[in-house]
Amino acid sequence: MEHIRTPKVENVRLVDRVSPKKAALGTLYLTATHVIFVENSPDTRKETWILHSQISTIEKQATTATGCPLLIRCKNFQIIQLIIPQERDCHDVYISLIRLARPVKYEELYCFSFNPMLDKEEREQGWVLIDLSEEYKRMGLPNHHWQLSDVNRDYRASICRSSQPLSGFSARCLEDEQMLQAIRKANPGSDFVYVVDTRPKLNAMANRAAGKGYENEDNYSNIKFQFIGIENIHVMRNSLQKMLEVCELKSPSMSDFLWGLENSGWLRHIKAIMDAGIFIAKAVSEEGASVLVHCSDGWDRTAQVCSVASLLLDPHYRTLKGFMVLIEKDWISFGHKFNHRYGNLDGDPKEISPVIDQFIECVWQLMEQFPCAFEFNERFLIHIQHHIYSCQFGNFLCNSQKERRELKIQERTYSLWAHLWKNRADYLNPLFRADHSQTQGTLHLPTAPCNFMYKFWSGMYNRFEKGMQPRQSVTDYLMAVKEETQQLEEELEALEERLEKIQKVQLNCTKVKSKQSEPSKHSGFSTSDNSIANTPQDYSGNTKSFPSRSPSQGDEDSALILTQDNLKSSDPDLSANSDQESGVEDLSCRSPSGGEHAPSEDSGKDRDSDEAVFLTA
Amino acid sequence: MEFAELIKTPRVDNVVLHRPFYPAVEGTLCLTGHHLILSSRQDNTEELWLLHSNIDAIDKRFVGSLGTIIIKCKDFRIIQLDIPGMEECLNIASSIEALSTLDSITLMYPFFYRPMFEVIEDGWHSFLPEQEFELYSSATSEWRLSYVNKEFAVCPSYPPIVTVPKSIDDEALRKVATFRHGGRFPVLSYYHKKNGMVIMRSGQPLTGTNGRRCKEDEKLINATLRAGKRGYIIDTRSLNVAQQARAKGGGFEQEAHYPQWRRIHKSIERYHILQESLIKLVEACNDQTHNMDRWLSKLEASNWLTHIKEILTAACLAAQCIDREGASILIHGTEGTDSTLQVTSLAQIILEPRSRTIRGFEALIEREWLQAGHPFQQRCAQSAYCNTKQKWEAPVFLLFLDCVWQILRQFPCSFEFNENFLIMLFEHAYASQFGTFLGNNESERCKLKLQQKTMSLWSWVNQPGELSKFTNPLFEANNLVIWPSVAPQSLPLWEDGVSLCHPDWSAVARSRLTATSVSQVQAILLP
Repeated sequence: MEHIRTPKVENVRLVDRVSPKKAALGTLYLTATHVIFVENSPDTRKETWILHSQISTIEKQATTATGCPLLIRCKNFQIIQLIIPQERDCHDVYISLIRLARPVKYEELYCFSFNPMLDKEEREQGWVLIDLSEEYKRMGLPNHHWQLSDVNRDYRASICRSSQPLSGFSARCLEDEQMLQAIRKANPGSDFVYVVDTRPKLNAMANRAAGKGYENEDNYSNIKFQFIGIENIHVMRNSLQKMLEVCELKSPSMSDFLWGLENSGWLRHIKAIMDAGIFIAKAVSEEGASVLVHCSDGWDRTAQVCSVASLLLDPHYRTLKGFMVLIEKDWISFGHKFNHRYGNLDGDPKEISPVIDQFIECVWQLMEQFPCAFEFNERFLIHIQHHIYSCQFGNFLCNSQKERRELKIQERTYSLWAHLWKNRADYLNPLFRADHSQTQGTLHLPTAPCNFMYKFWSGMYNRFEKGMQPRQSVTDYLMAVKEETQQLEEELEALEERLEKIQKVQLNCTKVKSKQSEPSKHSGFSTSDNSIANTPQDYSGNTKSFPSRSPSQGDEDSALILTQDNLKSSDPDLSANSDQESGVEDLSCRSPSGGEHAPSEDSGKDRDSDEAVFLTA
Repeated sequence: MEFAELIKTPRVDNVVLHRPFYPAVEGTLCLTGHHLILSSRQDNTEELWLLHSNIDAIDKRFVGSLGTIIIKCKDFRIIQLDIPGMEECLNIASSIEALSTLDSITLMYPFFYRPMFEVIEDGWHSFLPEQEFELYSSATSEWRLSYVNKEFAVCPSYPPIVTVPKSIDDEALRKVATFRHGGRFPVLSYYHKKNGMVIMRSGQPLTGTNGRRCKEDEKLINATLRAGKRGYIIDTRSLNVAQQARAKGGGFEQEAHYPQWRRIHKSIERYHILQESLIKLVEACNDQTHNMDRWLSKLEASNWLTHIKEILTAACLAAQCIDREGASILIHGTEGTDSTLQVTSLAQIILEPRSRTIRGFEALIEREWLQAGHPFQQRCAQSAYCNTKQKWEAPVFLLFLDCVWQILRQFPCSFEFNENFLIMLFEHAYASQFGTFLGNNESERCKLKLQQKTMSLWSWVNQPGELSKFTNPLFEANNLVIWPSVAPQSLPLWEDGVSLCHPDWSAVARSRLTATSVSQVQAILLP
């Protein structure tokens, strides 16, 4: 608390990013863990909560007549602009947030104060939900070929990982050569092992000068060496930065957007990671060869590539629990440096890089291609991404298992996996069917998938701009139908039971008392109420002759707002926080039998928003 | 003319067919007057049954005596035939070339096609203007049907029956027609029942350089305004282009003469610019280099998505004027047969729930495209692969369908039809056994006696068995106005529509994405 220079500032405005003239007036609070903005408007008292650990950058902009603007960019791609009336207050908030967003001790992180009101036993159970030794057992390990290592279940062929060899220009290591030989021998189906170096060849060669490098095919018997050029963390960081700049553009033209997307290189990098994953999956499944994967350190590109390959190969990883296992195994336990990469504690900004974000995007790209193959939905990925940065749960803290053990993470914090598992109903993909041919075995992609397979993921990078997202969610619709069907089936069952009882009574009694069952209350299933009442955006552009009195845009109050309840349930997605103002209600919070409300397009609030769009001449 | 004259070699054995994602097939190639057929003669199945009119371009190659013909279709497919024998190959190629570019419409397949199904409902009578008029005549008495164009004399590209303000008589209409491009006087396109506002469309006013005016024209469009209300004129050209049009006798409505109207210019591209955009897009999709930067750069350079954004934005603006501003609008560009129709029809998709049903969408195509005189014959004569570019070819209708797909993607539960319906319409607009999309306007269709001599597409589509393929299982009638986002992030490439061609992908992707998920969706909805 000592870092908070001013705990409360009044008359602050929260600017609507889509229509800057529309700003909500309210009070800004700084707490030990959150920035909270509470709107003055008595109807809504809308609250916006931002975790300090989500804050990526804070920018103080030039003071204007209305006050001093403060721009907060978050790691979950939310952008918040505040206008603080007094320069002094703004400075205090700025200085406080700079410090709060860069904690120096793990103990300052939210997970050490986050208390979801679970007892000790529940917490402990949460931590054992994902158990890696169980996972190795599932893979059939250890067996007589393998001690505990990393392998695929259905094939003798395996995927192994390491860091680069310290070969320099001529150094050898007999033990290393023998180990690779052992990997080959463990797979009687193939007489060679692929060694995949995920770096561009140039980078690997440069490493030689530093006494590192890559395997010399002459020294290792029966290896096939392959470079797959995935760029390093610095290139990736800059690429994301550039793409986010494109996302931030105010009403960009199509050319601005596509040009910026190309220029960022982001999709090229995503494709490179996918290509590597596909290569490995094909080597294992089609050639039956084992693969040793490494990059420089073996914890970034290697983790990305191995987990993409695992997803392609093993349907188990495409289930909810299996995906948690995959992250636990390939990322957490193998020493991916979460703290450095995601900047949880104040550290070297050059270590920060969206490594796991890229993996999560690869999963989404695959989900787009194979809509029935994954048990989980897009929301699941988005929530995991959020919590990697939120530090609300202990899973992703620190840089290694060792550090986690020393900090006694399991005794002092809660596990995200238990939380996600408890709410798994929100994360299910209604199209998934375990017995479907597509969901079994390896996912087959063309060796070199065409470029337009890779799409910009607006559901992630523009997810706080609800107006840009599809207004109806097929996933939520189908889940609601499923739920409704289930309810009806249960009701039917209950009624049948009752009928049976009544019939028995009838048999026993000569006098029959007719007992009417209450008519079913289900009023049919409907999504058409307010689920899609939306409002127009600014379609007039810069047309001068158009009488828009303000350059106001659509009145999508992009859902910046985390309600306190949401926060307590630690739900990072704002889906439950449907945007009442614009009438864009999220389907997920609709009761399955939502037919009771009369369809009404012109809610009072909706009318307000009209005003903003069209003003009288 | 006998087709036989054009077919020197009607049959070749041992031809090998290569198609993306199918194994190569060896079989017998047959040419008929309208089809190219390849049969492997196993189980009597035809491997390929292609309309000559679907062929956009062909390439020949020879290696020794083995000839190869690469056929590029208007629906973007690319097929390869390996034909043994140089002479046979040359004969086949020249026949295909001749048969795919027949001059006379009456030689086209629809005039020869005999349906194998029982016609339950004759599609030629499914959407009569009188019936459409009845849909809103209960809500308003301010409009009437006019038969002034009965003989197509007043406006050759209009249908015989149009809807006009009740207070304007036929004599006035004739005068207005002389003041509008192509005789296209302002007519009713859409009546918004919620507030009585209307969309009208027309050709550009022929003001010329000396600012000619026409009192009847002013009276006509003013008749649609309520007392004290203003309306909007949406010109689908930039102000600059509209001004230049005056030199050629065209022009735009001067404020001084139309004081109750506010003009908005929303530029939408036309003609060869659109055609080139499509050519570039399809080329980008066919690019085999697998280089992501190159793909994005080519996609950007094609400008296809820019056109999508432009058209959708104009349509949203039109809908906004009607529904939010409570103002009537008049839309036109130059002729009023292309961008004008894109805007009027998309605005209706946004505003009117009926146009999002299968039947309603068919009625919309009939009303706003066929009867409104979109020159399908000219615009769809060639597609993305053709070398001989004519200036009147343009994928105007495909862009419209793409825009509908974009809205459908954003509102997946609000449309009764699915993506396959849109793809089907695209395919039939370019090559079909049905007469619906033949001719450039009602007048030409009348002269061709299409109703008597050909079958309507709607007769086939509206059979229950066919409809089920085009039905969206997620549909739930939604009576609201739906406002799509036009941000670039919200407008992805319509892969299945525009990238049908891609050898590596589309076949697999379509079956994977559409078939599996649709069957899964159905499994959930119909347990």
